[in-house]
Amino acid sequence: MATSSEPIPETPVLELTKTTLTARLTSVIGSDVGIVPVLIALVVLIIYFELRSSVFLKPDNITNLFIQAIVYIFLGMAEVWLLLLGEIDLSLGWVAGMSGSIAAIYTNIEFGWPWWLAFLTALVVCTAIGGLWGVIVVKLNLPSFIVTLAGSFIVEGVLLYILDRVFEGGGAPSQSTVLNNLTVGNLTPTWTWIFTIAVIAISAAVMIFRERSRRAAGLEVPPFYRIVVKLVALTVVSVALAWLFNTNRGAFIKIEGMPFAVPLVFAVLGIYSFILARTKFGRYMYAIGGNREAARRAGIPVNRYRVYAFMLGGFTAGIAGLFYVSRLGGYSSSSTDPSLVLYAVAAAVIGGTSLYGGRGKMTYPVVGGIILAVINNGLVLIQITSTMVYVITGVVLLGAITVDSLARKSQTLLK
Amino acid sequence: MSESATGEPVNAGAVADSDAGIDPSMLLSLRGVTKHFGAVQALRRVDLDVPAGQVTALVGDNGAGKSTLIKAVAGIWEPSSGTMYWQGKKIDIHTPKEAALLGIATVYQDLALCDNLDIVANMYLGFESTKNHVLDEITMEKRTQQTLKDLSVTTVHSVRQLVASLSGGQRQSVAVARAVMRDAKLVIMDEPTAALGVSQTAQVLALIKTLASRGIGVLVISHNLNDVFEVADRVAVMYLGTLVSSGPVANYTMSSTVDLITTGVVSRAA
Repeated sequence: MATSSEPIPETPVLELTKTTLTARLTSVIGSDVGIVPVLIALVVLIIYFELRSSVFLKPDNITNLFIQAIVYIFLGMAEVWLLLLGEIDLSLGWVAGMSGSIAAIYTNIEFGWPWWLAFLTALVVCTAIGGLWGVIVVKLNLPSFIVTLAGSFIVEGVLLYILDRVFEGGGAPSQSTVLNNLTVGNLTPTWTWIFTIAVIAISAAVMIFRERSRRAAGLEVPPFYRIVVKLVALTVVSVALAWLFNTNRGAFIKIEGMPFAVPLVFAVLGIYSFILARTKFGRYMYAIGGNREAARRAGIPVNRYRVYAFMLGGFTAGIAGLFYVSRLGGYSSSSTDPSLVLYAVAAAVIGGTSLYGGRGKMTYPVVGGIILAVINNGLVLIQITSTMVYVITGVVLLGAITVDSLARKSQTLLK
Repeated sequence: MSESATGEPVNAGAVADSDAGIDPSMLLSLRGVTKHFGAVQALRRVDLDVPAGQVTALVGDNGAGKSTLIKAVAGIWEPSSGTMYWQGKKIDIHTPKEAALLGIATVYQDLALCDNLDIVANMYLGFESTKNHVLDEITMEKRTQQTLKDLSVTTVHSVRQLVASLSGGQRQSVAVARAVMRDAKLVIMDEPTAALGVSQTAQVLALIKTLASRGIGVLVISHNLNDVFEVADRVAVMYLGTLVSSGPVANYTMSSTVDLITTGVVSRAA
């Protein structure tokens, strides 16, 4: 999965004497080189599961896999806002549950709110919860780990209380078409192609425009073949996916087209990446994560930005919750999943976001989320027990953290 | 500073804090600056003149009050008493921001750089140029390149390099260039060569000379007397919170400076 928004820092054109694999890769791909091992792992996993189970790459399973990945992706994006600053929010799983419940409850016939009002309420509540943790962390100078751990118990309790009170039996079925369509609805095949081509065209236009304006200003430009390589990769993957999505995957009735969820992920990914890479706001997020004291001395209101990060984390977890409840078809006290938050951290970190702050991009949880979905989906297909799925997911996460820690160590040694 | 003061190293502690002795051609003049921390007297009636276009080295043993002094000038804390003059005019500096607005830039030992950002982003941290709320990378990159070129910092391969990949000397250069780019008139540097090897020290010393040749006043804290005698135009020696001697570097020798640092007086003939 490629993005339309590339990072600003461009690696210098390397001297010819450097012929290591990393250096050569860097000259082709640019500063995104860190994501390459993750993508290789993804490809290896896909090949393995396809060899073991012939249905893995079938259109219906791939679509299913994407829908599974959506919740991990949004939760991962939520966690990236916090990890970038060296913070963490362990309540995001329950915050997502809160959002899903609010959306399900208020769109239910008993309340009958319009879907947008219910969604908005859910997202506002989640943003406020994040903001509350942020204010506590900043004002009382407490570690976010403990504050949000306590917070996760609080949100869990409140959520279960609400579910029990509103509906006897503790469940809120999703009765809104819009809410259901978040994961069930599809674009028509025509719109699938229009969207796919638009993504490729916009990415190409942005890359070429940026290259031109740098060249016009007399600045160093990365080699042109780097743009070509990226665009070719993007085109191949997008067209393959569009073709897969447009293949009929229904057994009795015709089901085809890209799930609505995919363009929605792209939209959020695009906006977040733009904010992080192209605005002062994003620049300050990285600066605070890199060296909080330096950011403070540069006049950045560090504590205010830390609260913003918690709010954005809550907001994004709220989006994840809408998709979560849509996929489950409702929310009840039995659909709660305490391990959800761990998937949030895992998606972000497996993609390459640093737990130590200052390093990460919104594309990382997209890749990380897809990897988690591939593992979950694939292991079920090859009939591994669900207990083993936990173990393997844990091992993958442990591996990702180890890589992160080693990367950090080698970076420190470079100084 | 009057000519008489430049003859012999003077005992500056005795000068009264009146406007009469202020030379408006001096960039920064301190008169009778005192700082207590509770019962501890960190600075006692310090008088110091820092001219533009010259390098003033502030030397002294650990705990002599060098850092306390520069923090007063940088606006980290206010002196308990005494007066500061900026280009001949009396000023009060309450915050680092006020110091920055006057044109006083301080490069601390930790350099305050973000390792995870590139050189351009560090140079502009907190002062980013934008166009319609979008970062104007092209303008920032060009100006960064120009500033580094003006300061003859040529060892940096690309301004898009992450600061984490720079050597100690290059990092120091970026921190100084950042100050210069924001039109600093006085650059204060705390132990700029303390952690550097031989060639990188030479790099930084060359940079300090370049700054002075561009008309910027430089105040350098240093423990390394070799560096001081190589780069400084003026020397100021602190001993137990008092400025015991200051003047042109020609008035000092290595041994007289060591005496002043360790005992506060010159015990041997210079």
